Amino acid sequence: MSSNGRLLEVEDLVVHYPVPRGLVGTVARRPRQLVRAVDGVSFSLARGELLALVGESGCGKTTTAQTILRLVEPAGGRIAFDGRDITSAPNRAMRPLRRRMQIIYQDPYESLDPRLTVRGTVEEPLLIHREGGSKQERAELVRDALVRVELTPPELFLGRYPHELSGGQRQRVAIAASIVLGPELLVADEPVSMLDVSVRAGVLALLDRLREGGLGVLMITHDLSTAARFADRIAVMYLGRIVEQGPAAALVGDPQHPYTKALLSVVPRRDPRDRTRPQILTGEAPDAVRIPPGCRFHPRCPIAIAECREIDPALEPAGSGQGHEAACILAG
Amino acid sequence: MSALLELEDLHVWFDLEGGRELHAVQGVTLALDAGQRLGLVGESGCGKTTTVLGVLGLLPPSASVSGRVLLNGRDILAGGEDSIRPHRWTDLAIVFQGAMNALNPVQTVSAQIVEALEVHGLASGRAARARVGELLEAVGIPRDRGERFPHEFSGGMRQRAAMAMALACNPSVLVTDEPTTALDVMVQAQILELLDSLCRDFGLALLLVTHDLPVVAQLCDRAAVMYAGEIVERGPVDALYHDPRHPYTRLLFAATPDLHGNGTPVSIPGAPPRLDRPLEGCPFQPRCDRAFARCVDERPLLRSLEGGRAAACHLNDVVAEKVH
Repeated sequence: MSSNGRLLEVEDLVVHYPVPRGLVGTVARRPRQLVRAVDGVSFSLARGELLALVGESGCGKTTTAQTILRLVEPAGGRIAFDGRDITSAPNRAMRPLRRRMQIIYQDPYESLDPRLTVRGTVEEPLLIHREGGSKQERAELVRDALVRVELTPPELFLGRYPHELSGGQRQRVAIAASIVLGPELLVADEPVSMLDVSVRAGVLALLDRLREGGLGVLMITHDLSTAARFADRIAVMYLGRIVEQGPAAALVGDPQHPYTKALLSVVPRRDPRDRTRPQILTGEAPDAVRIPPGCRFHPRCPIAIAECREIDPALEPAGSGQGHEAACILAG
Repeated sequence: MSALLELEDLHVWFDLEGGRELHAVQGVTLALDAGQRLGLVGESGCGKTTTVLGVLGLLPPSASVSGRVLLNGRDILAGGEDSIRPHRWTDLAIVFQGAMNALNPVQTVSAQIVEALEVHGLASGRAARARVGELLEAVGIPRDRGERFPHEFSGGMRQRAAMAMALACNPSVLVTDEPTTALDVMVQAQILELLDSLCRDFGLALLLVTHDLPVVAQLCDRAAVMYAGEIVERGPVDALYHDPRHPYTRLLFAATPDLHGNGTPVSIPGAPPRLDRPLEGCPFQPRCDRAFARCVDERPLLRSLEGGRAAACHLNDVVAEKVH
């Protein structure tokens, strides 16, 4: 049991990538440049909680998730899984932990091996981790996993190949393969963005039921409407930092950071009568090689004041409290 | 008065091995007035992209087309490529999904637009370069950036460059296929704002093809919802959302998450029918929550309703009988 029951704790996580200098740059001894993809990210995730990490492409949300799973090496900070520091755990120590932390990807067509049947795909993690006992016991676990992702009756799906399944069914198979080992943490990287609208809700409802069963889910998404409807909490990332986080309803209903406010204002609403005035930020986020000094959002911020050029704000309680925080010196 | 662009009973089918055919578009009838914004909405495989490719004469040779496409009342489909070519780009311009493919990677953006102007005999030399400057500014690209290559542009800037290119020949209709799909929400908002202002400033009619209902709800006046190769409902976007007359329209909105909406989105069970075999009854019937016996036996036709609307659903007859 961990000290405070938190399944995952991330503190001040930093991930850098070197920028390739090319032959000329190397010969000319140009200074090495770093992409500060993740630049001081802190958050935690409880069992049975769905946290959505939202932001635009390049904000560092996917790198954050990959680093938590130790698929990418951090340059600094601390990652604790179930109370245990895994920041620099060697591969040998990670192997037994990997079955407890799983990931599903955006494109279920690419993530499934086209040569494997559904049975083969869902059974594979058991074979890799030498779990599940006898062949018969494994078959039972595979059937259970398919039932849990609502591919029923399992007999109808066991012998099928990915090309014989719809997009929604493929993503369900990927989820079945990720839960067959009974993980405690599931990272879902844009789990529905490649699926048709009419089947998205079903896959999200499935993740919600797995969450109710005690699974901690970290969902990476660029879709605020989906996060608003399915997440318990939302963390908004900008240029390698979380700039605001809090309970989904509080963050969406009473945003505190000017970036969150702008992002929410541009989300198209489904009711034509809700034509809101979008607060469109000009340009695109600067790249993570040249992070602006002071508040990293100040060059695009509509309310920035002189101090914002100098002060790099930390996450502080904001709004109604209750775990709602924003990194803005002007936030209430 | 006839509409600017009219589709009458458009069919598109592809011959498959073994003598079967894939009937991708099954009788689409649609009208677009000058300056109007129409959303053509549906999920993957519904035939929305095939429909506009058919209109523009850009289908692969394996496709067969029937029906009529009237531009200012004249059929541009009847004479094949010869009758469409004079109107492509000059009257009907298109911006595709994934703007990278629309741009030549080894030519600067300005040079490509100059070439388009010269090929169509609209301008050359200094006049063409001046026109390119105007077009780039209209889409929000600083003039000097035109001297760059497409790979030096971000996704949003490429989409803008593709729009500048589409506007080069002063079209009256702009067709955009999933113009914002691969873009981040802030860039998407920039592009939607741009489309909005271009339609206003240039008096363009817009045919927006997308799977994204909220984008249509925010940008378009009217929409047509496609399912299994046909239009199941069309009308003003406000009416489609607040008073849908086809269950698919209602369920599709209900499946779409909304930032401040009440309730959890619900998916539609099942999957669309295969289009490589004849359909019997209503194509949506197996997934419909209001289906009754007639829906299994008889395919509903798209019928006009009040308020410039139309829907292909037997339930509208039931309602009508009750009223009378």
